[in-house]
Amino acid sequence: MSSSKSRMAGIVIIGAGECGIRAAFAARDAGYEGAITVVGDEQTLPYERPPLSKPDASGAVEKPITSPEILSEKAIDLKWGVSANAIVRNAQEVSLSDGGLLAYDRLLLATGARPRTLTCPGGDRAQVLRTIKDANAIYAAAENATKVVIVGAGLIGLELAAELRTRGLHITVVEAGPRPLGRNVPERLATRLAAKHQEEGVSILCGVHIASCTDRGVELEDGRFLQADLVIAAVGVVPNDELARSTGLTVENGIRVNGQLMTDDPLIYAAGDCAAVRTSEGNYRRYETWQNAQAQGEVAGRNLGGGDASFDVPVWFWSDQYDLGLQGVGDTSGNPTVIRVLGDGAEILFFLDDIGALAGAAGLGRGNAVAKDIKIAQRLIGARVDAGLLSDPAHNLKKLLRAA
Amino acid sequence: MAEWIDACATDDIDEEDLIRFDHGDRTFAIYRSPNDEFFCTDGLCTHEQVHLEDGLVMDYVIECPKHNGQFDYRTGEAKRAPVCANLGTYPVKVEGDRVFVEI
Repeated sequence: MSSSKSRMAGIVIIGAGECGIRAAFAARDAGYEGAITVVGDEQTLPYERPPLSKPDASGAVEKPITSPEILSEKAIDLKWGVSANAIVRNAQEVSLSDGGLLAYDRLLLATGARPRTLTCPGGDRAQVLRTIKDANAIYAAAENATKVVIVGAGLIGLELAAELRTRGLHITVVEAGPRPLGRNVPERLATRLAAKHQEEGVSILCGVHIASCTDRGVELEDGRFLQADLVIAAVGVVPNDELARSTGLTVENGIRVNGQLMTDDPLIYAAGDCAAVRTSEGNYRRYETWQNAQAQGEVAGRNLGGGDASFDVPVWFWSDQYDLGLQGVGDTSGNPTVIRVLGDGAEILFFLDDIGALAGAAGLGRGNAVAKDIKIAQRLIGARVDAGLLSDPAHNLKKLLRAA
Repeated sequence: MAEWIDACATDDIDEEDLIRFDHGDRTFAIYRSPNDEFFCTDGLCTHEQVHLEDGLVMDYVIECPKHNGQFDYRTGEAKRAPVCANLGTYPVKVEGDRVFVEI
């Protein structure tokens, strides 16, 4: 194979999840005319992961992101069931698990993340949720289970708790931290969600650690034993950054990239769950949301095709539990500055920075009650806003948008 | 057979906003544009059948409340991922202060 830089090897994308596919589309939509090859290790067409925690009566819903027709129309070559073994940077080639070699002009690592597993004895008995295979295994096991222990009271753990509780199973959630949803949900809303779980009959134990998992359940470090015929570990993810590390790219809790999502090698980009992006303050941040996978995929795709786009979209997420919908955008750490109380128990928390500019917002309400205001908040991030107007539910937030 | 249905008063919809309109076993969204024009589309997003009534209208775009898919509500055209299928649209006329849709 020639190593001449004038060849048209095209774009290679490792990872066929939300991020990799969005990147391929974005490169094509931006007018890139060379070859685009996407390599994915799952044995199926790319699919959406959010529905995996929201199954229907027959199990997990496999919702494809795209179709063979659309891929062919956009001349995107998808190699599925194949993983990348190594990147040979001086030859600009990727070696594949099927023995093939793929030459690249530009390479995107959209390798995602994988669930963290329990390290205690018997920890491998716990099911994790990441893939359609994982989801089917959980719902099949739930068919024959009566008692479930979920380790981790984050969003995935609590979404599964709500889903399995609705099916009538007895659910205990155990959390090592001091409160549920401690990492990314404001305490006031986390408390309300936890109360909803308790009302529905789910018990949530915080500040407890797992000593071991057995075929009968989970033993806690304080000596208690929780019977379970299904144990699920929902204790976060670790980025799939080994491929980058082994080729000498800078990796520290994710593949380090600049604001254009470029690694230290100008021919290699990284985006989505696996990427640690340099912020304007000079820190590196890794985001794990579906919207981030899309947004970074689009930026990376444009740049792979020769563009100079920057990633700066405030990150947005949602979670549905029972009849409640949670949405958040931007930085919602610390105490909220203002609370906007809507009808029917819905409320939005706004977080302003020290110059009075909107840093983030999070809301909780029935169904999609908070969606519109969170979308407006997303567009207001960085703008100075009048706290009095934010708190007044009679004041249409769109007016702030026009003034901003 | 489509017929003209008296759906709502013009004042029932704020400028640059929408309301839900149910008729028989079907559900629709009726929009009032920033330029005081009225439009009608299917009520449910083509991605996951979420009702658009809680979505955000900006200019001529409706954004789904759940997964941020966007449509041009004049033509129903899908504008942003994850949506790829267009919304159906329906003729609208205003008579006096009433909005009629042909559905």
